[in-house]
Amino acid sequence: MDRKQYCVKLSVQPSRGLMDEKFIVLVQNALPGSQLTIRALHQCEDGHSWEAFGHYTADTTGTINVSEDPSIGGTYSGVEQMGLLWSFRPIPGSKSGLRMRKKNIQTPMEVTISVYQGHQTEGFADLVPLSGVAVERWYMAPGVRRIPVTEGGLTAALFLPSGPGPFPGLLDLWGGGGQLVEYRAALLASHGFASMAIDYLTAKITMETGKMVDNQYFETAYRVLQQHPQVCGSKIAMIGLSFGTSITLKMAVYSEVIKLSAAVCISGSHVQPVDGSVEEILRFFQKNGEKTRFSEKNEVIWRDLLLPIPTDPSLKVNVGRLQCPLLLVVGEDDQNWPSQESALDIKEMMARAGNSHLLTVLSYPNAGHLIEPPYTPHARSSTLKTVEIEEKVMCLWGGQTVEHSRAQEDAWKKMVVFLKENLYGGRNPTSFSHL
Amino acid sequence: MLAVSKRCFVFPCSCRAAPPGCGPHTLGRLFSAMTQVVPPILSVTPSRALVDEKFKVLVENLPPGYPVTVRSLHNSEDKHDWEAYGHYVSDHSGVVSVSEDLSYGGTYTGKEPMGLLWSMRPVPGSRPGLRLRKMNVCTPMLVTISVHSGHEGFRDQAPLASVLTERWYMAPGIQRITNNEQGVQGTLFIPPGPGPFPGLLDMWGGGGGLLEYRAALLASHGYVSLALDYLRFDQESENLELKYFETAFNIIKDHPQVMSDRVGIFGLSLGSLVAVTLAAYSTIIKPCCIVCISSNHYYPAQGSTVASRFEGVTRQLYKARVNEDNQVIWKDVGLEFITDPSNIAEVGRINCPTLLVNGCDDQNWPTVETAEDVARLMREAGKEHLLSRLAYPDTGHLIEPPFSPHFRATTFVIHSSKEKVLLLWGGKTKPHSDAQEDSWRKILSFLQFHLYCGPCLKAKI
Repeated sequence: MDRKQYCVKLSVQPSRGLMDEKFIVLVQNALPGSQLTIRALHQCEDGHSWEAFGHYTADTTGTINVSEDPSIGGTYSGVEQMGLLWSFRPIPGSKSGLRMRKKNIQTPMEVTISVYQGHQTEGFADLVPLSGVAVERWYMAPGVRRIPVTEGGLTAALFLPSGPGPFPGLLDLWGGGGQLVEYRAALLASHGFASMAIDYLTAKITMETGKMVDNQYFETAYRVLQQHPQVCGSKIAMIGLSFGTSITLKMAVYSEVIKLSAAVCISGSHVQPVDGSVEEILRFFQKNGEKTRFSEKNEVIWRDLLLPIPTDPSLKVNVGRLQCPLLLVVGEDDQNWPSQESALDIKEMMARAGNSHLLTVLSYPNAGHLIEPPYTPHARSSTLKTVEIEEKVMCLWGGQTVEHSRAQEDAWKKMVVFLKENLYGGRNPTSFSHL
Repeated sequence: MLAVSKRCFVFPCSCRAAPPGCGPHTLGRLFSAMTQVVPPILSVTPSRALVDEKFKVLVENLPPGYPVTVRSLHNSEDKHDWEAYGHYVSDHSGVVSVSEDLSYGGTYTGKEPMGLLWSMRPVPGSRPGLRLRKMNVCTPMLVTISVHSGHEGFRDQAPLASVLTERWYMAPGIQRITNNEQGVQGTLFIPPGPGPFPGLLDMWGGGGGLLEYRAALLASHGYVSLALDYLRFDQESENLELKYFETAFNIIKDHPQVMSDRVGIFGLSLGSLVAVTLAAYSTIIKPCCIVCISSNHYYPAQGSTVASRFEGVTRQLYKARVNEDNQVIWKDVGLEFITDPSNIAEVGRINCPTLLVNGCDDQNWPTVETAEDVARLMREAGKEHLLSRLAYPDTGHLIEPPFSPHFRATTFVIHSSKEKVLLLWGGKTKPHSDAQEDSWRKILSFLQFHLYCGPCLKAKI
């Protein structure tokens, strides 16, 4: 062993954190002034490897603190406490169009963080690091329980926070890709919300009968949640992303059964045939299919399918009738849905109807469509198989990595505060300062 | 529906000012009976941590000026319940922050961010003399933190909210390997990463057995650590003086992921005696540094084993004083042993940096006198520059990793007689806990200095 090398010490605190918690990466005992690379490596469930790295210079005490010191190169630069997570990208040689999404949220995401001599940009697999640690990132806090839900024909999973309750409830919907996506609901349960993730496009009943679910499906989900002994039935919110926002707005305004205390709509629109079923809404989108555009890299741009925002009231959810607070999260570089234009129209409609005091819009320049929980890597485009089309396409979501990652962090924080205020009846929003 | 007066909803600033019939019981029932009202939000950050890491316990969404009790509960591996609690009053925004606010009473008072852990004691009704020690280090210690309405009688009703938190001895990626190579019994903990790492031989005291938790925690700080099982009363011939320990030390030293000139020894009580004698007498191994907690330098005869000498001590314990609580005090007996200079290890022969940590209220062994004696002898031998000492007032014998509960007296089985006694270790909970926190930080700093960036390396550059 080379005795001349300093025994560099690397630590990450906390070594087991929630997905939205920050960590402190500290290098100590390096040669003062030495150039070092700190790298994160993660192998996801489908076997692909992701990496992120920053180039640093140790100070006069031989220390690097990632939350205080600037990276001068790598997959992120500047002072970026969480850059090692949000700037993750597939390692060189990976196939294109990948997106990082965890399916099994009962196990943690495992990340190896290592420090290397010099400013390295490639060939990490052939280098021996000076030091390395293992870090766990969890979607589920200890004590959070996952309960599969199948009653009433539902394909859903309920996440209950630890403790006696009762807890406010949340219905969690994703978009056109379908499947039962659980991670956001699991994370929200870790913040005290009884959250039910719902599969409404590829539900078991749809796969077996070939028929899309009807509007009662969502009302059933609401009822199941409301009647749970540990759920506070009068405090239920709904959160939707992309196509999930179409459902959320429809239910918030028109459902006789669903009475929401709050709604969160991320990267979506109110444009849809009012009174349409899930199937009818999808067909409406498909009808405008010829408005599909392609980028120079042949990525699919679908934002025009709902443009221009119609003036015909039968083609827009009548948000003027909304009775609960609504939080809209918009990425201004959304290439998949016209979320910015929709948000503007929603704002106008609500101003005219006199209920705009219920509306909050968070709009982020250079953020794309997939506004995910914080520190999730940004996918500007990825392959997608939707329920409408048979083959996989390369879908352009939009967004520039740095601004998109900042948007994810900011939007999440504000979203959790919004939910706590409206569902827990927060007396003082500034008291949620630990977020 | 409850017949509560309008004044209840104003929530008076202290429960004493509350109108009759509107005490904590009523308000607590108000929360749980009315499903229209959601409970407070309790959070522990981080929810998963190493045992020596701090957490922040926060209660939000309470009524302003509302009295609550924040409580911790842990069900140990041997099925005993341990708890701690503090009485708080929420501020004008309905918040109780355990890290910032004062506890007005309970098992701890004042501003104590970690009081919910270090002030834990067995729940009322438990049998006396219990001690909390984790045997399975591969799983976390699970602690439930809950918030209850009111101060007096808070246990009478269900909590308003509760969360589970995990406290780990092992960081992610640490390998745990059982060792019985070369007749040495122990468990090796290897940090993640390429290495090489400095190493540590870790030993506990006269209670015997194999305790892994401190070695696991040291590995979580970057040391290849071997928790050694050495007090094998049934295998005396194999535990010949020094040889067993030298072999154990070499197992660490020769490990491919260990820097062979960076291996230290860490011992508590009898374990510190082993550390001192190895450093003073071994011609085969040279520890890079040693840490001795509740130091012991009683070394009456060479050529005998640690176990037999320990038995020799225990056979004299009939002389030990027993106090009015029926607790056995070994300290004075120990003092008699060490007053004879021929019974003392020649610590002046130690050639490596040495850290002595002891409690001034140690009732189990005269560690204060021992430390003084070691200092004198090392000074006389011109080795004073190698010695560092930490001595803590009102601190007892069992100086454990931080936030571990304090045990003033626990049951102990004497091997030779199979007698169960209540052994007095000493210390008062708050100062003892402060000592655990302070000493651990300083121990880690000492180890980092000598094993990670020690002078031997600098000399080579």
